[in-house]
Amino acid sequence: MTAPPLLQVRDLTATFTRGSSATRVVQGISFDIAPGEAVGFVGESGCGKSVTARAIMRLAPEGTPLTVGGSIRYRGQELTDLPEPAMRDIRGRRIAMVFQDPMSSLNPVMTIGAQIDDMLRRHGGLSRQAARRRTIELLGLVGIRDPALRADDHPHQFSGGMRQRVLIAIAVSCQPDLLIADEPTTALDVTVQAQILRLLLRLRRELGMALMLITHDFGVIAGMVERVHVMREGNIVETGATDTIFTAPTHPYTSALLAAVPRLSERGTA
Amino acid sequence: MKPQLLQVRDLCVTFPSRLGRPPVHAVMDVSFDMLPGETLGLVGESGSGKTTTGRAILQLQPSSAGTVSLLGHSITALGGGALRAMRRHMQLVQQNPYSSLHPRMTVARILAEPLTVHRSVPRTQIPERVAELMNLVGMDPAEVSRYPHEFSGGQRQRIVIARALAVNPNLVICDEPVSALDVRTQAQIVDLLHSLQAKLGLSYLFIAHDLAVVRAVAHRVAVMYGGRIVELGAAAQIYRNPAHPYTRALLDAVPQPDPARQRAKLAEAAPETNFSVPSSATCAFGTDHAATGTAQWHEVAPDHFVSCHFWPHGSGCQR
Repeated sequence: MTAPPLLQVRDLTATFTRGSSATRVVQGISFDIAPGEAVGFVGESGCGKSVTARAIMRLAPEGTPLTVGGSIRYRGQELTDLPEPAMRDIRGRRIAMVFQDPMSSLNPVMTIGAQIDDMLRRHGGLSRQAARRRTIELLGLVGIRDPALRADDHPHQFSGGMRQRVLIAIAVSCQPDLLIADEPTTALDVTVQAQILRLLLRLRRELGMALMLITHDFGVIAGMVERVHVMREGNIVETGATDTIFTAPTHPYTSALLAAVPRLSERGTA
Repeated sequence: MKPQLLQVRDLCVTFPSRLGRPPVHAVMDVSFDMLPGETLGLVGESGSGKTTTGRAILQLQPSSAGTVSLLGHSITALGGGALRAMRRHMQLVQQNPYSSLHPRMTVARILAEPLTVHRSVPRTQIPERVAELMNLVGMDPAEVSRYPHEFSGGQRQRIVIARALAVNPNLVICDEPVSALDVRTQAQIVDLLHSLQAKLGLSYLFIAHDLAVVRAVAHRVAVMYGGRIVELGAAAQIYRNPAHPYTRALLDAVPQPDPARQRAKLAEAAPETNFSVPSSATCAFGTDHAATGTAQWHEVAPDHFVSCHFWPHGSGCQR
């Protein structure tokens, strides 16, 4: 590879401790993400794909002590032993994340605009007026109509798809180099899902960011990424170019997952 | 002609106005029939009224108009014991197997409960029937003393299905039965539903948003949009020749595990999914229903019907 990787992960382990018992959910995985590259992580629930993302962002699910081992380098800088203030700088500004559930990720009692303003002023040091201008610009960027008016609405006045657009707007507001999207469309209707996938593709093109897309759905990953990692029980069992993974999977687990995907056309159905 | 299992006629559900907002017409003039042993897929997006339709059929949700007949008996006007007696013919399987099983009840108690309520087997034979149900859904009867949290999502959904089948129903309404599960588990549950249908002659009303899953189970498909059925027909016909623009948009949006096709599709502009009732007197097919007094349905092929409601403005029939 010619360009140095944006993100270099080596022997990553993640362990949850609960009382005296420890469960290792990521078993020492290694991968690179190049600048501007889109990489997919596919696997079933419990395979460790979401924990991998959270380990990179150093965000543990609430109430669970997560121990991370191995090395995570962002542009050559080791993140695993970075002090929290420096990590806060990376998180959101350099690496941003979008989660599955757009219903619970927004504050219900603040207007959408106020939530984005707040973050821009805190992270970007913008003035009140400049932050609002940028908020309206961002809402427009993610395809929300009448952004200046909608900025004064509360989350409950937005549909699920609109809320996911808002969260994507927040995630890309600081122009991160890497966007981690963890099941970003799983809670949405199919037509809305297609709109959000189109939005992610357009933003990636316009902002030149790399994308780490995590999903259980081979259909979602198919048109979105250049490379796919298939995960099972905390390990990466197969890695390959997207087209190769779909047409000539080498690991039996990948084949089994692909065979289980329900299809619309006659061929391929059992 | 085979006798009808379920007959739904002009079913409407209206949620009354709240806080000065207009009432919500969640289900409008929904009519369809189901035959014994048949699976009807009821497809639509969130808010289309598909779940409310299922609940109104089960009489879990009062309907504001229309009738529901099960096995030739109208059940819309029933209450109390008479309704409970009919309920054993229709059962419900819901989406989330984590919240639809009581966490403090063992599987044995969960499966015995409907048997006791409906007095369908003598008390002494309950353990035997519970074991039989476990075998039926492919679970080990030795595990009945366990609690729901000790099982995986797929196993829990099997227990939910076993509970629904305890009273030998004719109709099982499955509301998104696999959408909370992993793809491989989905395929296993779909296989289980198939084999149970073959063995017991069950009918399923299969409510789902995922057209690809519905294709694997349904003999006929009804597509709902804005509280109405906009297209109804044989599954093969609907998937091959979708007639309503909304059905086409839904089919088009299903992500398929084919990178080249999926890339090409995402590169195109999103299709219009906002439909409106035709504003002129004549419908999308050029019929003035108000003048002719006909229903707002058109038969585009034998047993394949499409509604002329909710077509995009300015579009006409392409057929």
